[in-house]
Amino acid sequence: MEALKQELKENIIEQLNLEDMTVADIADDDMLFGDGLALDSIDALELIVMLDKNYGIKLTDPKEGRTIFESINTMAAYIQEHRSK
Amino acid sequence: MKTNYNITSYCHIKNNHISLNGSVIFSEVHTSFSEFIKAAYKDQNTKYSKFFKMDNLSKLAFLAADVLLKNQNLDLEKDNNIALVFSNKASSLDTDVIHQKAIQHKDNYFPSPAVFVYTLPNICLGEISIKYKLYTENSFFIFERFNAEHLFTYTNSLLATHKAESVLCGWVELEEENYEAFLYLVSKKEGDKEFNKQNIITLYNT
Repeated sequence: MEALKQELKENIIEQLNLEDMTVADIADDDMLFGDGLALDSIDALELIVMLDKNYGIKLTDPKEGRTIFESINTMAAYIQEHRSK
Repeated sequence: MKTNYNITSYCHIKNNHISLNGSVIFSEVHTSFSEFIKAAYKDQNTKYSKFFKMDNLSKLAFLAADVLLKNQNLDLEKDNNIALVFSNKASSLDTDVIHQKAIQHKDNYFPSPAVFVYTLPNICLGEISIKYKLYTENSFFIFERFNAEHLFTYTNSLLATHKAESVLCGWVELEEENYEAFLYLVSKKEGDKEFNKQNIITLYNT
């Protein structure tokens, strides 16, 4: 699980072009949207693509994203349970 | 054709240099455009949270506009009626190619939303408008080469019909590692360079 969280942080920084951020800047329970990393709606779409591309998870209901993408903790837990690759 | 307008400021970004009104303000050799523009962004203290989300064409246009506009001492609490009239040759081809690669194979079909939103050249105008709160006329033209005649005529029309008080216009071209931005600001304000086609060409070739 810790390795997955580390991987998620690295992928988020790279794929969302968070140039001024490092893995150490993202706590496992930081809010990804809103007051935390302040990601936006395009970032949310990128995270949906990332789940599909990297872990074989297709989100059919965008509303699911609200809880899944709350933090690194919630993302990692969802991926571990639903991943197909 | 004589007008009552002047070119009050101009900016070039090319060959690892940024110059403002003819003076080099940043110069650093980098092997890639991405590294150069990142270094320039930091050097120029251009604070904009979405900068690194942009594609390369938008970064080029945004930085050139920012270098020029931040020296105008604009009051962002007031309406600044500055129209944007940009042009280039390659349109958004640089990003279009990246998008095409992402959708090339049916079994590896993952279009990136962040890339796709930049598959129009005029998106860079939106980024500049957001930072400077410009609710103004804007256009992005595609030409085979820098077209001073068209930019002159169009800008003159915007100013003469009071659609704009100033016009930021020019050329922002980027394809892979080849890049060139030349922007100039035209208004009724005093300036030592009269707004005419010959002066636009002269400054472009500076």
